[in-house]
Amino acid sequence: MHDIFVLAEHREGELREITLEILTLAGQLAEQSGGKVTAVLFGSGVDDYAGKCASFADRVLVVDDPMYENFNSAAYQQALALLIKTEKPHLVLIGNTGQGVDLAPSLAVELDVPYSSDIVALTLEGDKPVATRQYYGGKIEGRIEFKDADLYVLAIREASTPAGEGGKSGEIQKIDNPVTTEVTVRKFLEYVEAAIGEVDITQSTMLVSVGRGIREEKNMPMMEELAEALGADLSASRAVVDAGWLPTDRQVGISGKTVSPKLYLTVGISGAFQHVTGMKGADVVVAINKDPDAPIFQYADYGIVDDLFKVVPALTEKIKEMKG
Amino acid sequence: MNVVVCVKQVPDTSDPDTEVHIDSSGKGVDESKFSFVINDADNYAVEEAILLKEDQGGEVTIVNIGPEAANQVVRMALAKGGDQAIRLDDEKFAFSDITATARLLSSAMGDLEFDIVMTGCISSDDGYSAVGVTLAQMLDLPHAAMVKSVEVIGEGKLKVGRELEGGLMEMLEIETPCVLTIQTGTNEPRYASFKGIRAASKKEIKVMDLAATGLSDDQVGEAGSTAVMVGYSVPVVGELAEILEGDAGETSAKLSGILKEKGLV
Ligand SMILES: Cc1cc2nc3c(=O)[nH]c(=O)nc-3n(C[C@H](O)[C@H](O)[C@H](O)COP(=O)(O)OP(=O)(O)OC[C@H]3O[C@@H](n4cnc5c(N)ncnc54)[C@H](O)[C@@H]3O)c2cc1C
Repeated sequence: MHDIFVLAEHREGELREITLEILTLAGQLAEQSGGKVTAVLFGSGVDDYAGKCASFADRVLVVDDPMYENFNSAAYQQALALLIKTEKPHLVLIGNTGQGVDLAPSLAVELDVPYSSDIVALTLEGDKPVATRQYYGGKIEGRIEFKDADLYVLAIREASTPAGEGGKSGEIQKIDNPVTTEVTVRKFLEYVEAAIGEVDITQSTMLVSVGRGIREEKNMPMMEELAEALGADLSASRAVVDAGWLPTDRQVGISGKTVSPKLYLTVGISGAFQHVTGMKGADVVVAINKDPDAPIFQYADYGIVDDLFKVVPALTEKIKEMKG
Repeated sequence: MNVVVCVKQVPDTSDPDTEVHIDSSGKGVDESKFSFVINDADNYAVEEAILLKEDQGGEVTIVNIGPEAANQVVRMALAKGGDQAIRLDDEKFAFSDITATARLLSSAMGDLEFDIVMTGCISSDDGYSAVGVTLAQMLDLPHAAMVKSVEVIGEGKLKVGRELEGGLMEMLEIETPCVLTIQTGTNEPRYASFKGIRAASKKEIKVMDLAATGLSDDQVGEAGSTAVMVGYSVPVVGELAEILEGDAGETSAKLSGILKEKGLV
């Protein structure tokens, strides 16, 4: 069998985009292998999501039960493992997301099948998947080959395959909840939204974004001065927020904010995938980084490869002069 | 509350002089010029474990897979408040994938009594974000990944917060013993005191080779892996930024000119 299972992901009343991305990828692989694509949807009152999945899949398996209203990896894992054992797909694709990384590795161990994570490209060679992953913060790539198996569990990076148009009309099958006893080892309690601060960087037109390259908190005033000269707000990479040099609401990236300023000027930011995801809406991106191999230069329009401690003061002076 | 923390030594990729070059085997990188540090997320895991110990009592055990040089990372964790350490070291462990790595770690847990195992949620070199959750299933324990808050709420119960996309926190209750993978920013990792460093130099680091793990040749390293990294390559990148050349005076003049031209200044 060449069938592909895709786990649908939803949260707080929304089907997440990753679902359609992986269904698109699964569709491409299935075309090659002649298999069928099944979206697997656990939820409570999820007809609407089932409909959306159906336009990207040959079949949608829906388990509608209050148990799945919110994500709980322990419940999901039990249910998925049971379904997989009866349906015997060849590939199980899951998003390498906050939900996926909490589920896919343990599912693979339970099923005793090969697993890899954060896959950026996936192809089939004959029957077998071959995956591409990134290493060292995106500086190099590696090719992953798998041991022979009947089934592979694979976690796919967000935004690595853009979602297609859909256009299928898969059959929606409601099935009984395979999990018959309450899951008690782990219980969902609630979601807590990220706090809102005084500056909303999602609305800023100019951002100077600070990275770990500034080394110490005592170098923040230098960045404030540059931002002030430009009339920009300050934002940051996660590393700077983790260090406590700027508050959490200034963080740009996958676990922070998505910004769309006219100018996004990064200083000492390496350009990790989790960061650049949040800055793709920026008009003009400038990167100042001493390392010519830093991935940030792949996403920037203009780059300065130099020591930020030389460039930032010089640039601040130039901007001030220009503004008179 | 006994906590086991798994720590990895990684190259310091935040250092602009850390160049990553693929070595002649095609499956490794040239490490000769690397400076090594504790993996970022693991540093927060160590701190979280020590905070729990200070609050609840108990012991913290540090577990590492690495060569003798990784002792520096292990000793630093001991200096901050770890009580004992295990380092798994055998040339047969090289090229272990997620599964083989987790299997090795689980072999070290056999004789330990613990309430929580902590790992970092991701390593900065391989970036799998999977070893902790894999380990949990091998130990047949519940888990929570990408944890940013840990609170003891009763006998055998924790309330933890998992950080999701957009900074949304998923709060959940979990039974101990369990495995938590800790996200960066969870706490403020301390610096080791001189007293701590002195004390750590006297603490034992138990070394386990393949025989000591009780595992066989085909359960570790590449032989024990099901997803094998067969070769590194330099990524094919799209269009790069236009690099402005010159010294800082020249590049900043060029950049401010461009910004002016675009109406951004
Ligand atoms: C689940 C998850 C979610 C995440 N979410 C986010 C997120 O939302 N946002 C985010 O930013 N990250 C996020 N991350 C972290 C991300 O993977 C990176 O670790 C982080 O973005 C790195 O921050 P940085 O670029 O500032 O630091 P580093 O990667 O350490 O880069 C520092 C850079 O500074 C340069 N540098 C050093 N010294 C100098 C100098 N003197 N002059 C010029 N350049 C210098 C270096 O060359 C290097 O490129 C997340 C990670 C995970 C696992």
